[in-house]
Amino acid sequence: MNAPQVALNSLDTLWFQVGGTVCNLACTHCFVSCSPTNHTHEVLSLAEVARYLDEAARLGVREYYFTGGEPFLNPEMEAILAAALAVGPATVLTNGLLLDPSRCARLKTLADASDYSLDFRVSLDGWDAASNDPIRGAGTFEKILAGIRNLYQAGLNPVITVTEVCEGAATDSGKERFFALLRSMGIERPRLKILPVFRIGAEAERGGAYESWQRLREGEVPDGGWDHLQCSSCRMVTDQGVWVCPILVNEPEAKMGETLADTLGAFPLEHPACWTCHAYGVSCRT
Amino acid sequence: MSYRPPKDLDEQARQARAKLTAHRGMATWGEKLVPIGAFRRAAAETGLALSPEQREAAVRFRTAGLDDPTPVEGPYARVAVFGGVYNNHFALLELLEDAVRRGAEAIYCLGDLGGFGPSPEKVRPLLAQGGVLAIQGNYEESLAAGREDCNCGYTDPRDNHFAEISYGYTERSCSADFKAWMGALPRRRRVRVGNRELLLVHGSPRRINEFLFQSTSPVPFLEVLLDQNRCDGILCTHSGLHWHRRLPSGRDVVNVGVIGRPANDGNTHVWYAMLEARDGGLGVELVPLPYDHLGLAAEMRTEGLPEEFVETILTGWWTTCLEILPARERAASRF
Repeated sequence: MNAPQVALNSLDTLWFQVGGTVCNLACTHCFVSCSPTNHTHEVLSLAEVARYLDEAARLGVREYYFTGGEPFLNPEMEAILAAALAVGPATVLTNGLLLDPSRCARLKTLADASDYSLDFRVSLDGWDAASNDPIRGAGTFEKILAGIRNLYQAGLNPVITVTEVCEGAATDSGKERFFALLRSMGIERPRLKILPVFRIGAEAERGGAYESWQRLREGEVPDGGWDHLQCSSCRMVTDQGVWVCPILVNEPEAKMGETLADTLGAFPLEHPACWTCHAYGVSCRT
Repeated sequence: MSYRPPKDLDEQARQARAKLTAHRGMATWGEKLVPIGAFRRAAAETGLALSPEQREAAVRFRTAGLDDPTPVEGPYARVAVFGGVYNNHFALLELLEDAVRRGAEAIYCLGDLGGFGPSPEKVRPLLAQGGVLAIQGNYEESLAAGREDCNCGYTDPRDNHFAEISYGYTERSCSADFKAWMGALPRRRRVRVGNRELLLVHGSPRRINEFLFQSTSPVPFLEVLLDQNRCDGILCTHSGLHWHRRLPSGRDVVNVGVIGRPANDGNTHVWYAMLEARDGGLGVELVPLPYDHLGLAAEMRTEGLPEEFVETILTGWWTTCLEILPARERAASRF
């Protein structure tokens, strides 16, 4: 069975697996199975990131996203952000545990020094400890809220990212529970992003793996093509090269090349996770 | 008292976590655990490794200029360019007078004639009277095609609620004849001002509904966009906030703002742009335009439009469509 191919329309969004697969949490739904001992991908150095930023500028990349693992476990993370913010807007996806007030103040200084936006996404998987902690770990709910509060008080209003592991999160009443929680913390205009789960990595164990019918098939091209898929406008840099997207970094088959120039061609949508992006209209972008 | 998870959940999560942290020296490959060396070898052998020449050619191909058959209008010494009327015929009337007063030889509109404000049909005679040369915005595209929404692409339910009211009102109040006229508008124009060739688009040269905000339109991205479109400047609207960036290459990108509602800064005036040939190059001036905003607010209330929209007109702060704002522009916002 052949999979449809997705062309790269333009390289707008460049992701960096800046924290590797190393994380200070071990969430039971993590699609890349990140944990304190997972060294599948190592953290990226400032020098490595800078090399890709140079190439990205030539290609006219519009925005940069940083994820992991936990990006702030990378000792060079703030210098990396400063380098990115010199050439474009940046967004960091974090679990919020390493966001103490002094770091948040430094991040605000970085944001103010740039012509471009610096944005944050903090992951939370429930509106209380009873719903969040079984997924993200005991005691994490309070720590995540403290990180969110520190960011907000520094003048950086983050987007709270919730996966559909949290039952009912995507319904209007579910969203309202998150909005109410954030408003109770003094956040007047809370920001929320709900993401479906990808049934790979740790989530395959927790919620079950993909079924055989959950694949995209050749000839199944929707009206308007594949423009709604993020892989039509993004690539992901890890310490081992450039991958097609942020989801498939644990699949060596999804590595496309060594430099960005190597990865400007089309990619086959053969992984079941591609089906999720299409069926749910997912974009990892904010 | 701190939360204690129920025993079974606790145990299930503990086991999952134990498994997750068990792969010391191992890599996760799909659903398998393999030695890290095996993963790294497989990754190293996958994908392309082009030669330096091939890489250079690939980048050049991606950033090369494309032919554009759009005829070039002008040359002019001075033009006025505005966008986002949003049915604000009060501001449009003021703009036409102001632009002529400032010596504009031609007046261009970058689209989004409807939405938000009252009485869409009052805009059309003013455009004709002022000899305005227009392109299509996403509003015109949607109205002409009979779409059910404005194609602004909001995901926030509150933004969508107000976008539906806004679009629905204009859709109902607009004649079929006006919609057909909108459908016949070009998607882009090229205009020569002095020795500079400017590309006029609604959102961006790539997409009618792409937002070009100042804090998310970096210099390298804009330089490539100009290269690809073979022009000396890009004029756009759609995002609602005006800005101008002179690039290191000496070229210009101008978001002319909108005349339909204020720029979310606590002032009630709106903005448009004057472009002129100056010192062998391009002079760009973003022009604040006061108008009868009290008259507009009164007519919006008569037409039964939401009080949230009226508040924006009266205070200068946006109350809806805030979702689209990037972090920087959002931080400067009151709501």
